Amino acid sequence: MNQENQEQQRQPSAILRFVGGIGDQVLYVLTDLGRMGIFLYFSLVGLCKHPFRFRELVKQVGFIGAGSITVIFFTALSSGMVLGLQGYYSLHKFGAEGMLGSAVSLTLIMELGPVLTALMVAGRAGSAMCAEIGIMRISEQIDALECMAIDPFRYLISPKFLAALISVPLLTAVFDVVGILGGYLAGVKLMGVNGGAFFAGMQQSVTNHDLRLGVVKSFVFALLLVWICTGRGYFVQKIRGAGFGAESVSTVTTQAVVMSSIAVLVFDYLLTAVLL
Amino acid sequence: MSGVENAPLDAEPAAIRFVEVSKSFGERKRRHLVLDRVSFSVPKGRTTVIAGGSGQGKSVILKLILGLLKPDAGQVLVGDRDIAAMGYRALQEVRMLFGVLFQGVALFDSLTVFENIALPLRERTKLSSEEIRQRVAATLDQLELTGHEEKFPAQLSGGMKKRVGLARALQLDPEIVLFDEPTTGLDPVMTREIYELFTRTQQRLGYTAVIVSHDIPQIFTLADQIILLNKGELDVFSEASRIPYSTKPKIREFARQVMGQEAREG
Repeated sequence: MNQENQEQQRQPSAILRFVGGIGDQVLYVLTDLGRMGIFLYFSLVGLCKHPFRFRELVKQVGFIGAGSITVIFFTALSSGMVLGLQGYYSLHKFGAEGMLGSAVSLTLIMELGPVLTALMVAGRAGSAMCAEIGIMRISEQIDALECMAIDPFRYLISPKFLAALISVPLLTAVFDVVGILGGYLAGVKLMGVNGGAFFAGMQQSVTNHDLRLGVVKSFVFALLLVWICTGRGYFVQKIRGAGFGAESVSTVTTQAVVMSSIAVLVFDYLLTAVLL
Repeated sequence: MSGVENAPLDAEPAAIRFVEVSKSFGERKRRHLVLDRVSFSVPKGRTTVIAGGSGQGKSVILKLILGLLKPDAGQVLVGDRDIAAMGYRALQEVRMLFGVLFQGVALFDSLTVFENIALPLRERTKLSSEEIRQRVAATLDQLELTGHEEKFPAQLSGGMKKRVGLARALQLDPEIVLFDEPTTGLDPVMTREIYELFTRTQQRLGYTAVIVSHDIPQIFTLADQIILLNKGELDVFSEASRIPYSTKPKIREFARQVMGQEAREG
């Protein structure tokens, strides 16, 4: 009986367990952030190491960039046309249809272009990169690289980083152009806005500063999505609650797409607030 | 817990030495101690078999040797250099001494057989494409893989994958070759063929072999030295017939369970 009492006394109270659980979670998050920080450092350092894998870079640009053209084209066309229609509907109320070109182009160049491109690339190429690296990790292919004294960052990760940094800004430019054409189709061809006014408004309102903001955003989003997606795949076995084997890769891939999408949206606000 | 005193080949120069190595896994509350102050040495140019049941830390030993894991305490010495204390660049240099055949072979599934075998030569040497082609062709011939160069790993049988893995592991003329469960998933005929292949390549190249396996007692036929692990205890033997007479109770228990009376009789 005495022993039982002593055992009960040794058990931490519910409050202590709760506080301990929070502390445990905070430590895990900090460890994870540190791990991801080191991963980013080695990935960027890997870009400067020899021999550079130029063919792998071309392959990755093809996969991330050229492979995403179709989804980017349709997303941009649809967004531009919706913007054209919605913009016309709102501006018509004030008799300001002539501002449609300005509204559509500024919205696309500064906001929708970089954000939607990054979200589409995260969903299409980011998930594939995460799964590929995750599978290479669980099947010991990354361990095999390390055992052959081949730097997995230089060999595997860094080409993906550079490919994303090249592809995403170019895809954003394609998105902007196709989106503006979509806005033109909906506003000018369907709703009858004057074509000259559409392009003149665009020319007058879009400044170099606006273009720069779009380009900076697309570079930052590219870095965020490739960092998060490759990093989650690389650490697939260290992620708490991800399970094991194929299940862990699927869980972590989903997590990577969600995390990179949220990161893109959060950084979109922060960059707009700082750079606008 | 030290097996060094019992090590019959201790007088020979060591390629690898474990000195009081401990390793545990899991987070604080659920910590699982896999190796507890383990000491042993692997003699140069010989075959050391590390055997034991599942989850006893056999593969952990290999990962510690390769520097893929760091010990919680103790030293893992390759030659006279402590792997655990090395920086990234020094570790890369030491890893050049090793060839590794992984349990799942770990062939790169997006590369062909030829590209898999050529990879270490392309990445770690300055050989020309022609020299690499000739060298890979010679290895393919030795391992009876000629004609399969353009196949992808998914198109190979289990035994062929092992041979491709061995070919890749031997490309940089390693001093030490580590085999992690090399016959898992193979039928008895293929297992025997792989063992014969190991013996032939080791006799020809003279590397130090460390084989982790639970294929007991068949794997002992390859061994110059046997290291047995069971429930945290470790012992070292020069031949399988000495295992039942171990001074460690858990090792004797393991021998009884796995090897039975047949082993006791030698």
